[in-house]
Amino acid sequence: MNIMTEKALESAVSDKMSGTPNEIIKMRGNKVGVFYGEKQALFDVDLDVRENQVTALIGPSGCGKSTFLRCLNRMNDTIDSARVTGKITLDNEDIYDKNIDVVELRARVGMVFQKPNPFPKSIYENVAYGPRIHGLAKKKSDMDHVVETSLKKAGLFNEVKDRLLEPGTGLSGGQQQRLCIARAIAVSPEVILMDEPCSALDPIATARVEELIDELRQNYTIVIVTHSMQQAARVSQRTAMFHLGYLVEEGATDKMFTNPDDKRTQDYITGRFG
Amino acid sequence: MTDISMDTVAGAVPRPRRDIGLKRRYAAERRFRIYGMLAISVGLIFLAIMLFSIVSKGYTAFWQTTVSLPINFDEKILDPDNKRATDPSVLISANYPKLAENALVAKLGINPDDKVTIRKLKGFLSDGARTQLRDVVAADPSVIGTTRNVDILAAANLDSAFKGQIDLNVDEARRKVSDQQVIWMKQLTTDGSMAERFNTGLFTFGASSRPETSGMGVAIIGSFYMMVIVLLLALPIGVAASIYLEEFAKKGRLTDLIEVNINNLAAVPSIVFGLLGLSVFINFLGLPRSAAFVGGLVLTLMTLPTIIIATRAALAAVPPSIRSAALGLGASKMQMVFQHILPLAAPGILTGTIIGLARALGETAPLLLIGMVAFVANYPTTPFEPATALPVQIYMWANEAERAFVERMSGAIIILLIFLMAMNITAIVLRRRFERRW
Ligand SMILES: Nc1ncnc2c1ncn2[C@@H]1O[C@H](COP(=O)(O)OP(=O)(O)OP(=O)(O)O)[C@@H](O)[C@H]1O
Ligand SMILES: [Mg+2]
Repeated sequence: MNIMTEKALESAVSDKMSGTPNEIIKMRGNKVGVFYGEKQALFDVDLDVRENQVTALIGPSGCGKSTFLRCLNRMNDTIDSARVTGKITLDNEDIYDKNIDVVELRARVGMVFQKPNPFPKSIYENVAYGPRIHGLAKKKSDMDHVVETSLKKAGLFNEVKDRLLEPGTGLSGGQQQRLCIARAIAVSPEVILMDEPCSALDPIATARVEELIDELRQNYTIVIVTHSMQQAARVSQRTAMFHLGYLVEEGATDKMFTNPDDKRTQDYITGRFG
Repeated sequence: MTDISMDTVAGAVPRPRRDIGLKRRYAAERRFRIYGMLAISVGLIFLAIMLFSIVSKGYTAFWQTTVSLPINFDEKILDPDNKRATDPSVLISANYPKLAENALVAKLGINPDDKVTIRKLKGFLSDGARTQLRDVVAADPSVIGTTRNVDILAAANLDSAFKGQIDLNVDEARRKVSDQQVIWMKQLTTDGSMAERFNTGLFTFGASSRPETSGMGVAIIGSFYMMVIVLLLALPIGVAASIYLEEFAKKGRLTDLIEVNINNLAAVPSIVFGLLGLSVFINFLGLPRSAAFVGGLVLTLMTLPTIIIATRAALAAVPPSIRSAALGLGASKMQMVFQHILPLAAPGILTGTIIGLARALGETAPLLLIGMVAFVANYPTTPFEPATALPVQIYMWANEAERAFVERMSGAIIILLIFLMAMNITAIVLRRRFERRW
């Protein structure tokens, strides 16, 4: 749903709180480029991700949003042909540095995928898996506590509290996605990356996930890829517009949706292309 | 389209129907179905013919004619000089067949001094009576001097005659049982002492030149050893190799080359593996000939490609989303593989392994080359002693001329088929049970 009247956009933007004043740069991309084999998919992207804010990545299909997102927790490492250039920092540390361990990085920068992908294990095991491998909860009672609070934060606990031992794959799509969010926050990451988390969900489930994102912002830094302009307007404080592998423009969401600098952003937001 | 409801489509004129070739398409589909059913029927018919011919020839192998005789373990025959306390070999080489003959003579009411008639008894009871009675004495020496009923095996020809497999209308000189023997047979049958019993010997005896005392005992043990060796070696090696190739190795020219080679190995005729085993394991490494251990190694080599291919397919079938989920949470590659991918791939791996094992169980050619086609009468206590294997036993019996051996061969085929079927059913059940839908 890219088509949206400007009026509706404006109201959506003004509905939500504007950015907090003390803005700390949590992650910073500096001249980030990505090659898949010979083909370059991302060119010289400079983008800051601010702490405790939601940064939305928008742009037409194939413009490199997911590619950029995957750089932030080095999931591109798992693609054999992918090669990343430039520099990305987390709290001023280069995440591609030799002495940064990728496993540790991913414990700090969690990810929620486009398609809900719970493990074919129990709901409890799904959430407990991350804390277990990182040794975050040693005792059973600690683990129970982590699982419960994570599910509560993800707004799923009440729906599943009686069937924690049933398989996570038996939940509905929206519940599965919230389970994946619970699984990601159970590790207590600092940043959560979400790649079109609502694309498989109905409007009601989408609304719940959006509410959730807004709540999570208090404790986490969030980067979200979305194709829905309304969603970007509703949940994000900052928006970055990508096109053909380039970062076109980046700024406060209110400004991006009301008065973008770039013609392409304007066109994309109002649904004239993409 | 005959009933067009007038009230709803008052204004609409039915469009002329386009010819989109529906007839042709359905005809093609019907034809294809018929081809398919024909193909399946042909397959099923041949299977039925094969099973029928094997079963009809082989089911009698599971029965063996015996004569129940009150054997008098006469001390004068077994140990005439009463030396058994000091010389145990006396009881080993004693004249046991004489005991059986005496019992039979008494049973048939023949005058014990009528040597001419008694000579005609030759070939009535199996020579296996010697081992049978010796085993009775060995198990319980106190039996000497008493009388005990023992089911003595009938000789192969009498067994065939009893089962009605010998045409008694043929001239006496040209058949293997004499008229006198037939009369005795009828006499013993009517008094109930000659009867068919379940042929346990088929499963327990080793090799023998007499059909009635030969069985698949050694072959079953040999095959069992080999299956255990194949499972212990091929499964871990195959799974480890597949995991490395599929999950860890950087894809490139080298992995492509390895993949091509593995696929090739799976297609290499098994006799080549036999030659390899002969030259490497026996001639070069000096491992014993005819041993189940070497057979197991050769079959391992043969089974490995099958297991690797099945395992890689099972690993690759695990959806990438599971990998991303695990890695995204900060699992190491090792944790991802062993905690998520491998459990999900396990049913596929097991199925592949069982199918590989089933193939190895039925493999004959390479075993012939490493000398497992041998006359082995005694059970091998370790995999390093000479043994045979089920299919090799079938091969050896197939080469015998006697009718009773052919019967045993068919019986052995039935047993082998039952083993194979059990394994394949296990594979299917496993696959059904653990099949996952994503
Ligand atoms: N694994 C890959 N191998 C090769 N090329 C890839 C790979 N992943 C993405 N690309 C290419 O990189 C470019 C950017 O892809 P990316 O997935 O980042 O786009 P996107 O903005 O997320 O698009 P969408 O909105 O459709 O998800 C595309 O041209 C795509 O074809
Ligand atoms: Mg994408």
